[in-house]
Amino acid sequence: MNRVTAQVHGWLLLLPAAVLLAVFTHYPAGATLWHSLFSTPKPSRPAVFVGLDNYAAMLEDPVFWESLANNLWFALGTIPVSIGLALLMAIWVNGRLAGRGFLRLAYFTPTVLPMIAVANIWLFFFTPQYGLLEQLTGSLGLPNHNWLGSRNTALGCLVVVTIWKEAGFFMIFYLAALQAVPPNLYEAARIEGAGAWTVFRRITFPLLMPTTLFVLVNAVINSFRLVDHIVVMTKGGPDNATSLLLYYIYDVGFKFWDSAYAAALTLVLLVILGASALIQFVFLEKRIHYR
Amino acid sequence: MKKLLFAVLAALSFAAQAQTEISFYYPVAVGGPITKIIDGLAAGFEKENPGIKVKPIYSGTYQESIVKALTANKAGDPPVLSVLLSTDMYSLIDEDAIMPWDELIKADADRAWLKSFFPGFMENSQTGGKTWGVPFQRSTIVLYWNKELFKDAGLDPNKAPASWNEMVDFAKKLTKKDGSGNVSQWGVQVPSSGFPYWLFQGFTTQNNVILMSKDGARTFYDNPAVIEALQFWVDLSRKHGVMKPGIIEWGTTPRDFFEKKVAMMWTTTGNLTNVRTNAKFDFGVAMLPQGKRRGTPTGGGNFYLFKKSTPAQREAAFKFVRWTTSPERAAQWGIETGYVAVRGDAWDTPEMKKYVQGFPQAAVARDQLQYAVAELSTHDNQRVTKALNDGLQAALTGTKTPEAAMKDAQREAERILKPYRK
Repeated sequence: MNRVTAQVHGWLLLLPAAVLLAVFTHYPAGATLWHSLFSTPKPSRPAVFVGLDNYAAMLEDPVFWESLANNLWFALGTIPVSIGLALLMAIWVNGRLAGRGFLRLAYFTPTVLPMIAVANIWLFFFTPQYGLLEQLTGSLGLPNHNWLGSRNTALGCLVVVTIWKEAGFFMIFYLAALQAVPPNLYEAARIEGAGAWTVFRRITFPLLMPTTLFVLVNAVINSFRLVDHIVVMTKGGPDNATSLLLYYIYDVGFKFWDSAYAAALTLVLLVILGASALIQFVFLEKRIHYR
Repeated sequence: MKKLLFAVLAALSFAAQAQTEISFYYPVAVGGPITKIIDGLAAGFEKENPGIKVKPIYSGTYQESIVKALTANKAGDPPVLSVLLSTDMYSLIDEDAIMPWDELIKADADRAWLKSFFPGFMENSQTGGKTWGVPFQRSTIVLYWNKELFKDAGLDPNKAPASWNEMVDFAKKLTKKDGSGNVSQWGVQVPSSGFPYWLFQGFTTQNNVILMSKDGARTFYDNPAVIEALQFWVDLSRKHGVMKPGIIEWGTTPRDFFEKKVAMMWTTTGNLTNVRTNAKFDFGVAMLPQGKRRGTPTGGGNFYLFKKSTPAQREAAFKFVRWTTSPERAAQWGIETGYVAVRGDAWDTPEMKKYVQGFPQAAVARDQLQYAVAELSTHDNQRVTKALNDGLQAALTGTKTPEAAMKDAQREAERILKPYRK
């Protein structure tokens, strides 16, 4: 009897979280899969079961492939740099220097600002001829360039904005982790006469690994999730050069009103994110030292 | 106690029901205190029609507004009335969301009212013999030029380019380079971000070709005259070197003009008040130059009536729309916002006459209307338009030739539109 009560107690305690998870995560994912197997309902043609037709259409959709490729480049461009930068900034503002509170605040500011507002400011930074960037390159005697308006540089510009936005956020986690590293390890290293690089490689970096995993997972998710600045700065153009997967899903779902195809695209995004999280946990977990 | 409260609330809401309430979504797409003006319109109407309550709901940009309206419609609770893009007509019909105004138009006075709108604006409002949209905040493309820079270049500051050749000639004189060969001032600028198809329709109309069929089920993107028009646009930067290469941002184009980085720009009449406030120099407004003919697409928003409404609400909405588009109100709306007043007799009102006298640039859009054509609008509109936008941007950035770009766009549009042909 007692055991049953304990069981019921346990389940009751879990219930709120379980309900939230089921309603807002599992049910939508399941519904997405279900809807992706049907055609988009229209007043004149109700939804019919089409099997994998939506996925077959996806294979032949050049914009999907371009968005996917763009997204991979975008992830490759943003993740390593923003994490590296975050670590560098954290180590710097963790040291004893004048006005470090101010410096920490300055690095964190981009995170606090709304992306839409920020993107509007960056839009003017990238403006040809008189934008901030052009004024800098112009004073170096470089020729004019239409940064957001040419296919070669538009995606790169968005990568820069994203790194600027994200690095400060990740820095906060590293900063917290750095302050948790026991100082006696550093003292021991100093007695042994270890150089700065050895200290970083043998003490700081390994102890930061749990944070790195956390930050990495977040960075990967963000690289597929952040599209606000695209809406403001390029709308996916020129000619889909800056169309990312989620932006394309929005286009298909809320501009073309093709909800079935949007569901199929969403499922692909879900699989990509799930797989990447799994890989990160399985492979990196082994190499991480938790205290 | 709770029950009592509920009963009181129910009684109150019943009393409110005796009044007809119409909800009304509207977007804001230009600068200025639009929300205040709309609230003023609703209040003025309610004063004259005590039985009707108008509830204006600001719904974001045009794009956000259609998303909200269609989502609400799918949930079974759409607004009674909404201002949405005139080009959304086919999408709204295909979603079975709206109803034509025709069944409310009974009296001769109503028919005369419908005829009073500029025909150019009605092209995007009617299909299949029915009227689905009533013109409200409408615009066209015009050319703005900087008179000071014209004078500096030795041109007549009071004469805008009248033809394509003249525009290129003027622009060549207006393009300035500094010592290191960098361009410090461009001759002309036609924006190409976001919705390049709209600006492109200026070129195609001037080249005497239309982009889509009347029933919205066919496009003519690969017509030789369309390709020729695109070639002209591409050549402005590639061959003549008078427009900056690559995609030109719509949002920063007025700013480029204010900063004297460009001497002539194409943009909407809706920017008129913006330019008037921010240009620190003498500027002119002209019709777009002539190719084989003059031409511009129309743009902007119409009133739509949603199907899921009661007959009383429909009557009330019709009354409100008729009241709002009366000559005096249309004139007032045009003066306060910069949109083109939608009917001819609005321009004969004393307020409008006075406004035009003090600011003749405001009349250019009206005079250009006789050359205006319908904005690109088809079934599955956004997708068919995107095919064209992608092609235009590919050509303008040099990844495809104009011919290849338009052939690809046409192929994609064909694929999408085939199911809509009966």
